[in-house]
Amino acid sequence: MATTHTRTAARWMAAPSILLLFMWMIVPLGMTVYFSFLHYNLLSPGEESWAGLMNYEFFVTDPAFKDAVFNTLYLVLGVLLITTVGGTLLALLLDQPFWGQGVARLMVIAPFFVMPTVSALVWKNMLMHPVNGLFAWIARTLGFQPVDWLGAYPLTSITIIVAWQWLPFATLILLTALQSLDQEQKEAAEMDGAGAFSIFRHITLPHLSRALTVVVLIETIFLLNVFAEILVTTNGGPGTASTNLGFLIYMQGLLQFDAGGASAGGVIAVILANVVAFFLIRAIGKNLEA
Amino acid sequence: MGSINLRQVRKSFGAVDVIPGVDLDINEGEFVVFVGPSGCGKSTLLRLIAGLEDVTSGSISIDGRDVTHAPPARRGLAMVFQSYALYPHMSVRKNIAFPLKMAGMDEASIEKKVSDAARALNLGDYLDRKPGQLSGGQRQRVAIGRAIVRQPTAFLFDEPLSNLDAALRVNMRLEIGELHRELGATMIYVTHDQVEAMTMADKIVVLQKGRIEQVGAPMDLYRAPANRFVAGFIGSPKMNFIEGHEAARLGAHAVGVRPEHMAVVAPQNSDWRARVTAVERLGADTFLHLRSDSLGAMTARAGGDESFELGSEVGLRPDPARLHRFGPSGETLAA
Ligand SMILES: Nc1ncnc2c1ncn2[C@@H]1O[C@H](COP(=O)(O)OP(=O)(O)O)[C@@H](O)[C@H]1O
Ligand SMILES: [Mg+2]
Repeated sequence: MATTHTRTAARWMAAPSILLLFMWMIVPLGMTVYFSFLHYNLLSPGEESWAGLMNYEFFVTDPAFKDAVFNTLYLVLGVLLITTVGGTLLALLLDQPFWGQGVARLMVIAPFFVMPTVSALVWKNMLMHPVNGLFAWIARTLGFQPVDWLGAYPLTSITIIVAWQWLPFATLILLTALQSLDQEQKEAAEMDGAGAFSIFRHITLPHLSRALTVVVLIETIFLLNVFAEILVTTNGGPGTASTNLGFLIYMQGLLQFDAGGASAGGVIAVILANVVAFFLIRAIGKNLEA
Repeated sequence: MGSINLRQVRKSFGAVDVIPGVDLDINEGEFVVFVGPSGCGKSTLLRLIAGLEDVTSGSISIDGRDVTHAPPARRGLAMVFQSYALYPHMSVRKNIAFPLKMAGMDEASIEKKVSDAARALNLGDYLDRKPGQLSGGQRQRVAIGRAIVRQPTAFLFDEPLSNLDAALRVNMRLEIGELHRELGATMIYVTHDQVEAMTMADKIVVLQKGRIEQVGAPMDLYRAPANRFVAGFIGSPKMNFIEGHEAARLGAHAVGVRPEHMAVVAPQNSDWRARVTAVERLGADTFLHLRSDSLGAMTARAGGDESFELGSEVGLRPDPARLHRFGPSGETLAA
């Protein structure tokens, strides 16, 4: 009785904050949905008129849309692949006892503290630049033709830059998970005749599955709307070669001043993100169950 | 199959000599118990034999083959860990099958061996569960199952019963003993519990600070302990030690007498008198905790039906044949 009572009271007390959070979410979303049904150009305020599904039709049939969806997926999957595989390897390495372990761990974490715009600029001007960049210098020193990374492989280059930023996150989570692996399990496997690779495959990797799931879920949420790195490096180009959905919406709204079209894009992006989340949770969410 | 010989085995972690140098021979089919207080190096010694730690110096051979530098998998031993070390994401079936799978055995033989082991250990109903869904005793059985399917030359147990409740512990003790008789394999069993050592062992190895204090059959250690440490460690309740004037009178630095080797008599019938400070009734026996100025604190055993009053004085008459005399450094003096 007492607990039912307390629970009811707790619900009432939590209600205002939940309501506030709900409003916080629903008002902008509602306005976006509303705008997406209007002809609404920022250059001619006060002349809004009902557009029906026109904005959606224009946004979806724009040839840039198909490219943007593809680029978004490419970027997300590419970064996920690099960070999970690279993060696992790095975590395994950092889990070994070696001299200077503390410093090495700190160094690996460092990229996470660099702002996306700053890191993208550093990569663009100091590493990938075809004339002044470090990679170009290495190529020339070795007698090769320097590569114009952002010009020739814009999307791949951005994928590399973003992966560099997220690698520390993946490494950190996976390293923590590795350290919680019971040493006796590894020793038992060793006595059972498992070699280093079998131990990784049958003991370590299953132990990491939950951490890997967390990494994939969290990264996906952030990677679906990568923006700063694109803005400061390629501006979505050449053409639409490195335009993702978020960047396309930005161009629609703030470069073409079409708030209605941008809102329609935003709604589509929300729906796509939910579709991705749905399949993701279906596919790997069971790893999170206790 | 299953003899193990240690020659001058030494192990240090950095500057700390955990095992200063051990010689030990374990014969085929023996049930050997390493016993000693916590932190005395029992686990370390076991892990050296298993190959999970490298010896600092000395050599280990199994069945006459030098395995000092062989990896664990090549020694043909199986180990049951204190934490059981089951693989949490694998079903019981997969756990037991794991060593066979690693050995590259075919599916059909694996299936047969796993179901044989499961039947022997009463795990048949749990084969598809995960370790997390089992009770402590069942996990223990799975760990044993995983060890027996490979038919190792020897089994190593590291305090396997310490996570079980008292009733289950007695049960598992009997079961492990039965398993030993059935398989006839050499077993090395580590425990800090002298009751487990006494009840299970063919041969007890008493360790202290990484040194072997005495090796022998349980009753030999009980009757003729090599020193005061072994005398105090083996037997329950513990042996009484008397120092000072009383000991000097018998020509020793200390004399020891077990509670069960003293008769509790009327005070006027004995030279040793003490006051009752506590009475523990176990039913068949009554243990008296006593104190006196000349003897110090003592424990004595009396019959279950005798009655004693707290604070009353009793006399103690030790069996002279069962008195142990110890020198100043703890060594046993000849009778
Ligand atoms: N890996 C290690 N590094 C340093 N010291 C250790 C290590 N393993 C054990 N020791 C030390 O060795 C001693 C014996 O440990 P252990 O063999 O586990 O004792 P027991 O099993 O008898 O309780 C302890 O003092 C412990 O602190
Ligand atoms: Mg131990």
